[in-house]
Amino acid sequence: MTTVAGTPSDRSVLPITERYTVLGWVRRNLFSDLFNSLLTLVALAFIVFIARLLLRWAFFTAEWGVIPANFNLIMRGQYPATEAWRLWLVIHLLGGVVGITWRLISGQFSGAARILIAIPFVLMLIPFFSMGTRLNLLIAAAAAGAGFYIAGHMPIQRRGRAAAYLLLAYLVVMLILLRGIGAEEGPMPPVQPILWGGLLLSLLLAFFGITLSFPLGVLLALGRQSKLPAIRVISVIYIEFIRGVPLISLLFMGQVMLQLFLPDGFPLVDRVLRALVAITLFSAAYTAENVRGGLQSISRGQYEAAQALGLSTYQSTMHIILPQALRAVIPVLVGQFISLFKDTTLVALVGIFDLLGIARTILANPDWLGTQQEVYAIIAVLFWIFSYSMSYASRRIEQRLGVGER
Amino acid sequence: MQETHASQVRPPFYRDERVLGIFSQFLVVFVVVGLGLFFYSNMITGLREKHSVAISFSFLGQAAGFDIGESLIEYSRERTYLRAFVVGLLNTFQVAFLGIIFATALGIVIGVMRLSTNFLVSRIAAIYIDIFRNIPLLVLLIFWAQAVFLKMPRVAEAIVLPGPIFLSNRGIAIPWGIPTESWGTFLIVLGAGVVLGAAVAWFLREQGKRTGRMPLITLWFLVTVAAVGLVGWIVLPQPMTLDQPFLEGFNTQGGKVLSQQFMALLSGLIIYTAAFIAEVVRAGIQSVSKGQREAATSLGLNPAQTLRLIIFPQALRVIIPPLTSQYLNLTKNSSLAIAIGYPDLFAVAGNTILNQTGREIEMFTMIMGTYLSLSLLTSLLMNIYNRRIRLVER
Repeated sequence: MTTVAGTPSDRSVLPITERYTVLGWVRRNLFSDLFNSLLTLVALAFIVFIARLLLRWAFFTAEWGVIPANFNLIMRGQYPATEAWRLWLVIHLLGGVVGITWRLISGQFSGAARILIAIPFVLMLIPFFSMGTRLNLLIAAAAAGAGFYIAGHMPIQRRGRAAAYLLLAYLVVMLILLRGIGAEEGPMPPVQPILWGGLLLSLLLAFFGITLSFPLGVLLALGRQSKLPAIRVISVIYIEFIRGVPLISLLFMGQVMLQLFLPDGFPLVDRVLRALVAITLFSAAYTAENVRGGLQSISRGQYEAAQALGLSTYQSTMHIILPQALRAVIPVLVGQFISLFKDTTLVALVGIFDLLGIARTILANPDWLGTQQEVYAIIAVLFWIFSYSMSYASRRIEQRLGVGER
Repeated sequence: MQETHASQVRPPFYRDERVLGIFSQFLVVFVVVGLGLFFYSNMITGLREKHSVAISFSFLGQAAGFDIGESLIEYSRERTYLRAFVVGLLNTFQVAFLGIIFATALGIVIGVMRLSTNFLVSRIAAIYIDIFRNIPLLVLLIFWAQAVFLKMPRVAEAIVLPGPIFLSNRGIAIPWGIPTESWGTFLIVLGAGVVLGAAVAWFLREQGKRTGRMPLITLWFLVTVAAVGLVGWIVLPQPMTLDQPFLEGFNTQGGKVLSQQFMALLSGLIIYTAAFIAEVVRAGIQSVSKGQREAATSLGLNPAQTLRLIIFPQALRVIIPPLTSQYLNLTKNSSLAIAIGYPDLFAVAGNTILNQTGREIEMFTMIMGTYLSLSLLTSLLMNIYNRRIRLVER
């Protein structure tokens, strides 16, 4: 009889089942012995203390009026209000592109997609938003839905490639919309990048910093692993030099010295562009080191097998080595991208009005004296939301690809 | 026909990997050197024509003419630019050194808390890590300086903690020891204590090797040093007196005043870096396989011994390399001091001196050279340490 528990063979087969009741869980995890109970009590006291401090500040002390009053500044800096429709158009298009790409790559309306589509609706709940803002958010959500639906009914063969082309096209359209085109009096007058600001600029700097520094970093990593001595030495010197100095010194150098290096009469390079170049050059060195870690994790057999199959160095690198190497270092790369996003705040120190720079100008306004806690708290929360979502997304990708599971 | 093996047929030169390799190297070197020369010549002509100056470091000997808020060495505005540079460098050292020590301590505590079996404790650590890893350091620093330390009460209404420690918007005044005449003698006694401690440690180690039971060498070393120090402290006529701060008018007198900027920078760096160190520590401890702990337990080691003799030495190997890069990051991040007005190396050299003299090339060469040598020195030291504790494979 198998129901007779107690024979040695049965005991060794049956796993120990644990039943969790709420009280049982509390007992096991919080009050298992005297020391643990003490620890729990101390932790509880700490939580209550912090929560009280925070809640009292948020609901009684803090004066949140500064945020709605400066909301546009925080979002888009000095970008002219008459041209704000262009930014909204960029967001609507983004909704559409996200919808289409999601359908092309993932194919289904899964958990993460629900979170994505919920974002505009959650934002619509923010109390001080105007009806126009809410309508615009609704349009973006509708565009995402429409994109998802349409892409599902299109006979697209090479889905990954189509998504890549779409993103590239979106990039160009976005830049044209932001930068403007044509005459000063035209329908889309140019807006100089120095006027871009706030969250808009922070995100743009991060986005372009990532997209530009990534290929450069991969090249440097390949260069450092190369068999050719000259290329290797140059890569090593570049990587070690950049990694040895703080970003802020590169940013200051860009602002103060770049013009010195260029020939006489060379047009003045835009401040924002100079900062972007500094960030890109800086981040590329770190990306290179991360990618090198991936390259080193590829076994020699892969190289040899590729060679045996008659692939050229270029082919084996592009099709065999890099895909595996990059996949192995996704978490580290995302970590690097997050720190690049956080590092964009440093441009505030060279007179560019990103999210942090805008916060400083708001606080310089005599109307809002003494609201440092509120303004910086909101800035910190905004940065936190974006970095945390990136790290959350990377953890999800990691799980799906099974990286790090042995 | 059969002798012409495929490998013996030389491919055309444009497909020969060796030829291509040499050619591409020449190309890259040519482009890099060419760009370098282009920039250099532009710079030299630009300097000559626009500013009519040549590169020279002789200005470092001139009087600086500006004050620096805080300094570890004696400094006044009559001193040279070089002296000002050194003041900034020492300030960077100070904040980096203290930051590394405190961030490591806090990071280890939080990393261990993260692994606690107590749900609440582990949650608190996880939330701490998730919050501070995802906020830019610069925002944290400015928040700390402007929304915390600047919002402290004025000196006259300072918060007084037992000690006494005065918290005010000017900074923190803490009690501080003032060495007396016998301080030098006391240091000699302490040195003798260290020598004695080393002797005791050597003796214990030899004994441990003989008997096979290793005593707590580090503990006994510390006990010896402390005992000798205590005797010296009692015998000598007061090697150090305690200087306590007190309120006088609108300011505190006596003690040591840690400026608002210094405290904001230090606490920001510690809180931020500790979150990263906690993750490093956690990953290191988790990397030690479960079997090691079980084996240690089955050998009869108690939990404390298991941690000290089995888990920790193995975790350390995983921890050291990423910990090194955290230390380097902290040192480089201390350059953000410029945002909150603490006169570190970059704020003094890259901002004040640069603005006064207009010597961009020279100053940036000095700044970058300094940070670069700091980084290389740190990684060198950590590499040596890493080699010592590395796993010796058969």
